[in-house]
Amino acid sequence: MKFDVVVIGAGVVGALVARELSRYELKVALLERSDDVAAGASRANSGIVHGGFDPVPGTRKAELNLRGTMMMPALTAELGVSYRNNGSLVLAFSEEEAARVRALYDRGIANGVPGLSILSREEVFALEPNVSREVVAALRCTSSGIVCPYGLTIAAVGNAMDNGVKLICNFEVDHICHTADGYVIYAGDRKVESDYIVNCAGLFADRVAAMVGDTGYNLIPRMGEYMLLDHAARDLCSHTLFQVPTAAGKGILVSPTADGNILIGPTSVEVENRDRDHRDTSAAGLAIIRRAAEKSVPQIPWRQIITSFTGLRASLEGGDDFVIEASKNASGVVHAIGIDSPGLSSAPAIAKELVALLQGEGLVCKNKESFCGTRPSYHAFANLSDEEKNAKIAENPAYGHVICRCEVITEGEIVDAIHRNPPARSMDAVKRRVRTGMGRCQGGFCTTYITEILARELGIPVGEVTKFGEGSELLRGFTKEEEEWL
Amino acid sequence: MRTCDIVIIGGGPAGMAAALGAYEAGARDILIVERDGALGGILQQCIHNGFGLHRFGEELTGPEYAARYAREVIEKKIPYLLNTIVLSVSPEKVVTLMSEGGGLTHIQAKSIVLAMGCRERSRGALNIPGARPAGIYTAGTAQRFVNIKGMMPGKDVVILGSGDIGLIMARRMTLEGARVRAVCELMPYSGGLNRNIVQCLQDFDIPLKLSHTVSKIHGKGRIKGVTVSRVDEKLQPIEGESEYIPCDTLLLSCGLIPENELTTEAGIPLDRVTGGAVVNERRETALPGVFACGNVLHVHDLVDYVSEEAELAGKAAAAYVAGESAPAQEKTTLAVAGGVRYTVPQCINKGAGEVRVYFRVGRVMKNATVTVKVGDEVLFQKKKRKMAPGEMECIVLPAETVAKLGDTAVVSAEEENV
Repeated sequence: MKFDVVVIGAGVVGALVARELSRYELKVALLERSDDVAAGASRANSGIVHGGFDPVPGTRKAELNLRGTMMMPALTAELGVSYRNNGSLVLAFSEEEAARVRALYDRGIANGVPGLSILSREEVFALEPNVSREVVAALRCTSSGIVCPYGLTIAAVGNAMDNGVKLICNFEVDHICHTADGYVIYAGDRKVESDYIVNCAGLFADRVAAMVGDTGYNLIPRMGEYMLLDHAARDLCSHTLFQVPTAAGKGILVSPTADGNILIGPTSVEVENRDRDHRDTSAAGLAIIRRAAEKSVPQIPWRQIITSFTGLRASLEGGDDFVIEASKNASGVVHAIGIDSPGLSSAPAIAKELVALLQGEGLVCKNKESFCGTRPSYHAFANLSDEEKNAKIAENPAYGHVICRCEVITEGEIVDAIHRNPPARSMDAVKRRVRTGMGRCQGGFCTTYITEILARELGIPVGEVTKFGEGSELLRGFTKEEEEWL
Repeated sequence: MRTCDIVIIGGGPAGMAAALGAYEAGARDILIVERDGALGGILQQCIHNGFGLHRFGEELTGPEYAARYAREVIEKKIPYLLNTIVLSVSPEKVVTLMSEGGGLTHIQAKSIVLAMGCRERSRGALNIPGARPAGIYTAGTAQRFVNIKGMMPGKDVVILGSGDIGLIMARRMTLEGARVRAVCELMPYSGGLNRNIVQCLQDFDIPLKLSHTVSKIHGKGRIKGVTVSRVDEKLQPIEGESEYIPCDTLLLSCGLIPENELTTEAGIPLDRVTGGAVVNERRETALPGVFACGNVLHVHDLVDYVSEEAELAGKAAAAYVAGESAPAQEKTTLAVAGGVRYTVPQCINKGAGEVRVYFRVGRVMKNATVTVKVGDEVLFQKKKRKMAPGEMECIVLPAETVAKLGDTAVVSAEEENV
């Protein structure tokens, strides 16, 4: 099938581009190498909607961060995604750091960031009683927030699909041919054709760029390790607590998440062998996080840790800014390369920018009358009143059957996640949509139940149910299957 | 709003025994709320034998032990709800329930017995570094897959933690045709019962590696191996004393955590060591009329003691509803020292009569003396030949000793100097 536009990469940028394009009378495909969307950097990051005081004034990062952050409240409301305007503090622990915090304030003002102020230590403690008494001052930013990064990606893809975009998973682009009739995009022996290409391939955007002749970009995976605490620790802090940034990144933060947990991290370390699929955590990294986080908040209830994980940033070698531009060599191709922090905050603006670039390349965007930009939240049931819940249970009793007790997720919500766009086909895909197994027991109780629900709803044998796609099967057969010992 | 004298949250061994205890004490308006499709709780998947030796003087399987109680609950026509989850308990004792058939409802209880059991510590809580592939399960999850669903979570197994479920699963997986390469235990002693080490590991030649942990997990899709390291006295992996063990499954049996989220939301204070509510000798929490028993109160190693404790709590709930609870008396808080990690109960009414005090020690102790002191005065002493963290211990304080306890009494255990 021939498409007008193919978007490569279903991370947060690709998802929002696909959704932007679904506003118009266009045939659009979204290609993803993994089994599910939000599988790369959008799966595991801090989930911070940055105020925008950190990027150097005049850069794309400065401009797009501010624009993206301003768009986030309305966008997340439309898509039914968890978002909270919780504000942030950059904590200074010495007079020297206080001076750098004031410099960040000036930079923020230059970037046009609203809601900035410098706080005295007493003002910090009044806002955040658990913060270290070593703090001497802080930069407050009231315009920053927190969002669920994979939740935003999934919802944007779902909304794009509801408006006609075709999602093709397990499609890892390996080469692209430019023909007289447009582009042919290959993954092994599978192919799709398109007139226009948007390269949002995240950690692989340099390779996709090279496939159309734009060589010279080199992405370096930098890993960030995190620890997550249970909701029981939610009163630890309400603001996102940063330390003064260094060249390596924004440092170790302590922050609530949009879903009510406490997130601590990330480290910033170049991945050995530059493995772009690296997901390992390390003992050393986890120890660094603990020490650094205790500098901001001395009394962290480490007993409440429920998981730790690693995310990768796509850092551009020899550059510190986003590359958002039309291809120099291939007409009709636009790139988003090096989308590291503040990529999530900027993503809504980057998507608009990429569509504008496509129009510059000649894409005709005619409004689609049937476009609907809203989508119900996966957590809609939890937010109903008692009466509404009872009406829903009467209509579909599966909503009365709680499967995940830690997060109180019902069978009705799980079945909805499996069938709604984008369909969930694995344990982790269900988890990222409805939060099953994300609580304190980490799937200890619900795994056996969800395995069977997935098999039933997908019409596959239980042996084929996976954690996150082929090769990650949950089971190894049945008992009494082999009786060689007899 | 519907009302009920005694709502019992959980229909496992604790909940059922509490219901029968309450019934025996004269209560009739009782309701057991169970989230699963049958009474019995976790015993349903514990198909091995060894249950009931203390209680019934015979060896039963988990389902048989549960069935004895379930049958009695049914014979006595004690009402119970299945497939029903309790969403919240308020400080005013309003219980919120949800189920497919009943929807979302509220019950005003006069008394509540908390019997929600416990959960297993997860990989995330253990913070094991490395990859995050498929094939890592808690021992209990694997037990449900194997014993209830007839499905094999894997065929080539390493087990981390020598808690009882881990030991039982080492044997179960072996019997089901899997290869169990090793059970690794961080501590220099097992957290499980000695009889399980003999019957589940030694009888099957499964190595128990004490002072060892999994220091890294390998594999991208499915787990393909673990790095196992010896640990030093600070429980940190020793560099250079590691080996790679290939496997397709890692089972975790690293401790149980009482499921007290409902308790906390009701504003009931917990004991930091047990993870369960602070209770008196009747197993009454700080919220009058709310009782706790079984693994939600503190993790037991034998179900027989769960039943005993739950009957006590059930009877006390019945007495509370009947208005027969002893009036507020002077009470003693039990503190711990010297090897004793915690006690249950944590406080005692001085007029309580004879009280059994359960406790655990933090390390293996031989030829130890358990002492109860008020100030410098020794009120009670008992010698124990051997105590281990994996085995719950008990002392019985006579009524006259209980009457003499001050505001605070200290329970301690010291080894004899050799």
